[in-house]
Amino acid sequence: MATRTTGNLTGPTGGTGDAAAVLTAHGVRRAFDGRPVLAGVDLSIAAGEVVALLGGSGSGKSTLLRVLAGLDAEATGRTGLRGTAAVVFQEHRLLPWKRVGDNVALGLTGPDVRARVDRALAEVGLADRRRAWPAELSGGQAQRVAVARALVRGPDLLLLDEPFGALDALTRLRMQSLLRRLRAEHGFAALLVTHDVEEALLLADRILLLDGGVIAEEIPVDLDPARSPDQPAFGALRRRLLDRLGVPAA
Amino acid sequence: MLATAPPTAVAATPDAGRRRRAGRRWRRLVSPVVLVAGWEAAARAGLLPPEKLPAPSQVLSTGVRLAGDGTLGVHLLDSLTRAGVGLLVGGVLALLLGVAAGLLRLGDDLVDPPVQMARMLPHLGLVPLLIIWVGIGESLKVTLVALGVFFPIYFNTYAGIRDIDERLVEAARTCGLGPAARLRHVVLPGALPSLFLGLRLAIGAAWLSLVVGEQVNAQTGIGFLMMEAREFSQTDVVVLGLVIYALLGLLSDVALRVWERRTLTWRRGLRAT
Repeated sequence: MATRTTGNLTGPTGGTGDAAAVLTAHGVRRAFDGRPVLAGVDLSIAAGEVVALLGGSGSGKSTLLRVLAGLDAEATGRTGLRGTAAVVFQEHRLLPWKRVGDNVALGLTGPDVRARVDRALAEVGLADRRRAWPAELSGGQAQRVAVARALVRGPDLLLLDEPFGALDALTRLRMQSLLRRLRAEHGFAALLVTHDVEEALLLADRILLLDGGVIAEEIPVDLDPARSPDQPAFGALRRRLLDRLGVPAA
Repeated sequence: MLATAPPTAVAATPDAGRRRRAGRRWRRLVSPVVLVAGWEAAARAGLLPPEKLPAPSQVLSTGVRLAGDGTLGVHLLDSLTRAGVGLLVGGVLALLLGVAAGLLRLGDDLVDPPVQMARMLPHLGLVPLLIIWVGIGESLKVTLVALGVFFPIYFNTYAGIRDIDERLVEAARTCGLGPAARLRHVVLPGALPSLFLGLRLAIGAAWLSLVVGEQVNAQTGIGFLMMEAREFSQTDVVVLGLVIYALLGLLSDVALRVWERRTLTWRRGLRAT
């Protein structure tokens, strides 16, 4: 099992690590039936930084995220988390037998849970659906509730596993701008697992390319905050990433 | 989004559909009513000898008479007690073992194989052995009911727990829920629909076991009432007993379905989409 340190991370922090890192990982390995998927991943995410983890299908992106979320008992290596993390999965994973508000409140304690839940739901634009059942929501709404469930915990780090992958294109665009707004307001760090190059470029400060079980390349995204796919710099970076992923130019 | 002014043609269709469904429901009542009326008429015309099959009105008046002098109440209470105690004993045991086998690998390995083996025994066929073990008294009836109840509840508890979406458990873990909280918020509510199904099947099995158990040397109960009536050729009482058994099964099932619908409100939303 991966050794996991929470709270103050001390000791060696590796090459990429710095003092303000909210998440660090060293030598993370994971094999399925003897076939290695992760072969020694090192990474570090600074506080407030959004990092996209890009890779082809089957490259182990989601596996890595599960290890970092502490959901994989069989991985080896060291991960360290300073502060708290919350996860948004590709499927909303809301409990069908709890109303939206109770899903968001899951595991929360304290006197002001109700107010915190209301605030989180308002932030994702679903203040009026607190009493709804998850089955009554559309896919995009359910995913917004899942984002609210993560946000309400005030996480230092958001782990996002292809969170908009199952949504239609329009809803996905709306969710991406929602995430940008929330990030600007709350300043959380995020690790965004995605196979969508444009999504990575739109949201991330830095892109990590996972290939062959290791971080094969690290690409800083030096675009202005109000970036859009129409900018030439955006297009150039996009081309470079697609080349790296083996997608030929049309 | 709903249009603000729905076209009238669309609005008329569901109404017509409802009327057609209501009409069908009435039509479905026709043949049972005709059957009972025919039975009554045949009995009154002397086509059915009263010692073979008395008229429904005769059965009804016998029921009113027995209910009036308190006989029916006493026997009904005894039958209900047997069913209730058996349901409680068998149900609690099945629930505990089902949870143990569903949640724990050790429980699964230790509990499930013998239960799977025992399942192959038709429990009503155990009556001779049970008579040797526990005698012909109350414990035989209760044991028989408990045995009949055990299997549906055990299997549905087990399946209900096993069928829970592992991804939901995982999401609950990322929300900081410990094992006990996960059991309370994810596993138990997730297994509840299965538990209700198990309970419905169990109650059916309970009545069946009761019918068989009460034919073995009962001194009270609906079954005793029927056996005694047979000796005196009171066919109306025998038929009355059958009707009461049927009503018990029907009422318990309806009650359980109402309870289920109230408890599993969230599934209504599921069906609506």
